[in-house]
Amino acid sequence: MKIITANRLSDGAVVYLAAEGWLTEITHAAVLNAHDAIEAGLAAAARAVANREIVDTAAIDVTVEDKGPVPVRLRERIRAFGPTIAFGETARAALAA
Amino acid sequence: MYRYDEFDSDFVAARVAEFRDQVERRLSGELSEDEFKPLRLMNGVYLQLHAYMLRVAIPYGTLNSRQMRMLGHIADKYDKGYGHFTTRQNIQFNWPKLTDIPDILEELATVEMHAIQSSGNCIRNVTADHFAGVARDEIADPRVYAEILRQWSSIHPEFIFLPRKFKIAITGAEHDRAAIQVHDIGLQLKKNEAGEIGFAVHVGGGQGRTPMIAKLVRDFLPEEDLLAYVEAILRVYNLYGRRDNKYKARIKILVHETGIDVLRKDIEAEFERIRDGALNLPKADIEAIDAHFAQPDWADLPDDSSELEVARRDNPAFARWLANNTREHKAPGHAIVTISLKPAGGPPGDATARQMEVIADLAERYSHDELRISHEQNVILPHVEKRNLKAVYDALAAEHLAPANAGLITDIIACPGLDYCALANARSIPIAQRLSERFADPAREEEIGELKIKISGCINACGHHHVGHIGILGVDRKGEEFYQITLGGSADEATSIGEIVGKGFSTDEIVDAVGKVVDAYLVHRHSKDETFLEAYRRLGQEPFKEALYG
Repeated sequence: MKIITANRLSDGAVVYLAAEGWLTEITHAAVLNAHDAIEAGLAAAARAVANREIVDTAAIDVTVEDKGPVPVRLRERIRAFGPTIAFGETARAALAA
Repeated sequence: MYRYDEFDSDFVAARVAEFRDQVERRLSGELSEDEFKPLRLMNGVYLQLHAYMLRVAIPYGTLNSRQMRMLGHIADKYDKGYGHFTTRQNIQFNWPKLTDIPDILEELATVEMHAIQSSGNCIRNVTADHFAGVARDEIADPRVYAEILRQWSSIHPEFIFLPRKFKIAITGAEHDRAAIQVHDIGLQLKKNEAGEIGFAVHVGGGQGRTPMIAKLVRDFLPEEDLLAYVEAILRVYNLYGRRDNKYKARIKILVHETGIDVLRKDIEAEFERIRDGALNLPKADIEAIDAHFAQPDWADLPDDSSELEVARRDNPAFARWLANNTREHKAPGHAIVTISLKPAGGPPGDATARQMEVIADLAERYSHDELRISHEQNVILPHVEKRNLKAVYDALAAEHLAPANAGLITDIIACPGLDYCALANARSIPIAQRLSERFADPAREEEIGELKIKISGCINACGHHHVGHIGILGVDRKGEEFYQITLGGSADEATSIGEIVGKGFSTDEIVDAVGKVVDAYLVHRHSKDETFLEAYRRLGQEPFKEALYG
């Protein structure tokens, strides 16, 4: 099972191909099984690149769990769910606690 | 410190306008990503895992309070309220929007800062001893020469498309605090028998996948020849450096494959050809730059401060901070303060916008408006009167900026790793956090003494693991993070590359493994006076291997 991911050109945000377009929440990502569906997803990504919506596209492996697709690779899980560490004021507040 | 002249200001302003236009052309489709990528990189803009990343140059790690405030302002207005100080004495913002970056660069230009040449195959930000200008063991202030090199290397047309990136570091003292022997060019200021100032020139050091210690190419180079000689090195590298394989393109590979003796002949021949030309540095030009780094008007003070002694006696935590985070200053009655950005459990090198604001205030009030960023990812207040140290400590402690651990085991260097970086194979920051929690007990930390842990999340070695007394390299093994330990690395005047001690450890195992290495050191050292590195060099790997795998 795969989903199609990229970064949004204007702000670099991680986005996923969904029925509604390119969304930041992985839970909405369209899960693609068949070879043709994956090819169609990559073709949609190529069009979005040409249309200057996104950059750096990839089809990534996922498993489907209760909350939706979860990337197989740690790198992609970190892209999907954010850094595994607290940062900024949250990290500073944790030190105070 | 150096102030922009009209040329600098016009150049940076023009570059901001140029990049604004390039971003607009990218967004309008006039430029493709392939066309735009090298342009954004030349302006310090990367695309990382979650967002764009902007790397801002802090020339030789020196900045003033106005500039630090601006960095805090940018963190607050355009990012997520923090920034990450790097091993290159720069700062990285992890979340800027591409559409905001021209505005960020415009704001930076108002305080004489930019992101030019903080990426790309060009001469990068010249780094220097973070105690430059104030260290008691200094022969001359390396920032003067770093600034001369900055001016020479900025958009130098011949060296904008080198085979690979090029890093120059410079130290003003015999004790190397700038890791010069693991740079493409390492310069050490020294005096000859006649008392004249010059440089020992080292070439071909570096870390990454092929770590190498630089070779001495010139024992004494007169200061007037600095630019001609460095240009000669760059020309030889530009001519012979490999462009067919990016992993073999750094000058260290050229030095290794060609041999320093052959290369020295080429460098010296080119140097002889150009030495009395336009690059000759007249004394007056050096003095003109030197004037920008004139010593501040330090108060005439006795070296001892009775207020300080009382505070030291009454407050053990303060006494500990004084012992570890302050160093002797050139001027009596003054101290150099290291503000540690390594709290137990915190991400190394990160500072929030508010912390940057507080640090800027302290610099303005207590440190002649000067700050430094160290390659060890800390901030330096270079000129604090000893009688003010308690006030500075209290202000820092209120903002979690007073860990008393400079140079100790929890003063860990770590790259951003897989939490941010598109190149990384494994996470670095969580390992640093867990290690700093493991060794957070001040008594134990002081019992261990000087011990530098350095962590990289991939073989590119941004976390300097090759030169860590204990180095940790994160690797990806069949989709799992593993960590390889190296021992015995060092980046000072006796530079050494750490040796791999054995098979790697899982995420769960790595902290305990480091604990075993430290325990073995404590058991085998002659006395508390024998540091970890000294003990390792005496003992070799065996006792540590035994502790880890026996």
